[in-house]
Amino acid sequence: MEATTRNFERNARKALADTKLQEALARLSHGFPAKRRQAIARLPEFEALRDAARDIRNDVLENLDFYLERFETRVGERGGQVHWARDAAEARSLVLKICQDAGARTVTKSKSMIGEEIAINEHLEANGITPVETDLGEYIIQIRREPPSHLIAPAIHLSKGQVAESFKEKHGQFPKDRSLEEPRALLDEARTVLRESFLEADVGMTGANMLVAETGTVVVVTNEGNADLTMSLPRVHIVIASLEKVVPTLDDAATLLRVLARSATGQEISVYTTFSTGPRRPGDLDGPEAFHVVLLDNGRTTMLGSELHEMLRCIRCGACLNECPIYRAVGGHAYGWVYSGPMGAVLTPVLIGIEHAGDLPNASTLCGKCEDVCPVRIPLPRMLRHWRQRQFEGNQSSAASRYGLKAWAFLARRPALYRLAVGPAVAVLGMLGRRRGRFRRLPLAGGWTASRDLPAPAGRTFLALWRKRPAGRP
Amino acid sequence: MSEARAHIFATIRRALGRQAPSAEQAAALHRRLDAPEPNVIPARAQIDAPARIGLFIAEAERADATVARVATVDDVPRAVADYLAANNLPSVLKVAPAVADIPWSERTALSAVAGVAGGGDPVGVTGAFAGVAETGTLVLLSGPDSPTTLNFLPDTHIVVLAAARIVGTYEDTWRSLRAAAGGDGPLPRTVNWITGPSRTADIEQTLLLGAHGPRRLHIVLVDGDDG
Ligand code: SF4
Repeated sequence: MEATTRNFERNARKALADTKLQEALARLSHGFPAKRRQAIARLPEFEALRDAARDIRNDVLENLDFYLERFETRVGERGGQVHWARDAAEARSLVLKICQDAGARTVTKSKSMIGEEIAINEHLEANGITPVETDLGEYIIQIRREPPSHLIAPAIHLSKGQVAESFKEKHGQFPKDRSLEEPRALLDEARTVLRESFLEADVGMTGANMLVAETGTVVVVTNEGNADLTMSLPRVHIVIASLEKVVPTLDDAATLLRVLARSATGQEISVYTTFSTGPRRPGDLDGPEAFHVVLLDNGRTTMLGSELHEMLRCIRCGACLNECPIYRAVGGHAYGWVYSGPMGAVLTPVLIGIEHAGDLPNASTLCGKCEDVCPVRIPLPRMLRHWRQRQFEGNQSSAASRYGLKAWAFLARRPALYRLAVGPAVAVLGMLGRRRGRFRRLPLAGGWTASRDLPAPAGRTFLALWRKRPAGRP
Repeated sequence: MSEARAHIFATIRRALGRQAPSAEQAAALHRRLDAPEPNVIPARAQIDAPARIGLFIAEAERADATVARVATVDDVPRAVADYLAANNLPSVLKVAPAVADIPWSERTALSAVAGVAGGGDPVGVTGAFAGVAETGTLVLLSGPDSPTTLNFLPDTHIVVLAAARIVGTYEDTWRSLRAAAGGDGPLPRTVNWITGPSRTADIEQTLLLGAHGPRRLHIVLVDGDDG
């Protein structure tokens, strides 16, 4: 997709004024973080598991070439094939060729951030192949032609009414006056439609949460079961994954799985965790006849050994998005590309070039919440500071004209703007200022605060405080 | 695209400031992969067999599975028939070959056909390789007698599990799979960990069961059978 990352200010402004989006973000902010805390409270070993998870991912990065070779060898021994892509264009051609060789007309897909990153759907469509997203959220945004707005909840920005509208438009085969008011009705309709796609697809494409070097196994996690139908019904299973997803052993995979779902949705574990090793075996009654793994680099290997090295530990749980005051205020689309939140602000400049994403590292208050919750302990604020430094050195940042600065100045100057929109923004400012009571230097409005201190808002809007005051008090 | 491969490996090694791992390093890495060690194991799963069964049931139910316990394998058809009747579900079963010799129709009104799942099968019945107490997770292996589609296509998935197959942790299952490994390695084409029925919260964060996979997951635990 075309990145609109440079337009963060415009995107953010729109997001803050979008009441439906603000309601959705409020739901997210109250849902995932609380569930995460509850799940962690049930597991006393959680902090030790985070350390172990970090160490596993560090070991992977130190020995990435070794583990990748071993993974490739094992996949080959089990009858599968690994393909290597330096960039998005190579990955697209590889996938297209496999689909064409299989004579594919329909390709079912389970959610894959790499699929988004390389814009595989557009490429398949342009070549006469129909890709069908099967994760419910991803299906919704596919028919609306939107990018995902969250790592694990791609349609989090939409209301059920908006989904119903899209379904009425897309699913002409059903009676026009049917009721689609309840989420259940929407799900059942999608389930019916997608059932047919599952059964008729020639190729099934999935992402991967992990690649296990020990056994040449691809690990895919879902709650819906859509990835399983995607990979077990068609003749060909294509996995698209970025190459740093490799882990050494099945035991290491188990450790990472213990922190993944808890961090992501607050579940003890996702409903379906599937380990696929090669194509179907002799005697098997179902399963794909061919198994391809397309491994994408797209600049990741250049992060090794750099200040951004540790970002490659990321397991895409989404916890840093859920906790981020900026993400919670503006949502994923404001970030203008595939990845959002703190992890997106660090990663996107690598993937699309700092010159196209130069403002993203400023879309942060450096409050540190993201690092606090990251299951693999990625020092996200340090990395965001690194990008800022790089911009400063490269003179990329023309001070206050950059959208980040402008976004902040915009918010700070209009504290009465749309009560709904401003609530989160004020909370952000409050959190940021809490340490010192007032802002000596608002990180995103340097020029503006240089001559005066900005009193830190109390963290609640005045109106909210007014409404909460005890009865009988003025 | 071997050119891409060569380029990627060269970039990795340059970035890490070294050549391919030395013989000594490689040997250590091979040991790590060939004799894998568990990492941190939660204490809650390191318990004796009766406690494991209790924990498995509690965790499976937390994840919205239902559990019935029966004394012997001969009691399974009655338990399944009762479950289907209580939930107003059809008594037509598509069963995995692995559980096809259970006397499904002898004393019940059930009808059972063995084979892979089709789009129209309402109820799939399978066995399981293990139950993991830690999170109430079922571990199912694909194979000639256990097609994977049965776990996902039917609206209702019923799993027959011998209580003796309940282990504490995920790692316990890796250990036994490695111990039994043949020339194809320790894993079959597909290993499915299943914890509760299919679900989604993609529309307004409303949790709904039965997204694409089964709407119901029912586990029939057989106490008196070790196998
Ligand atoms: S950076 Fe950490 S918290 Fe954010 S998605 Fe990645 S693993 Fe999760």
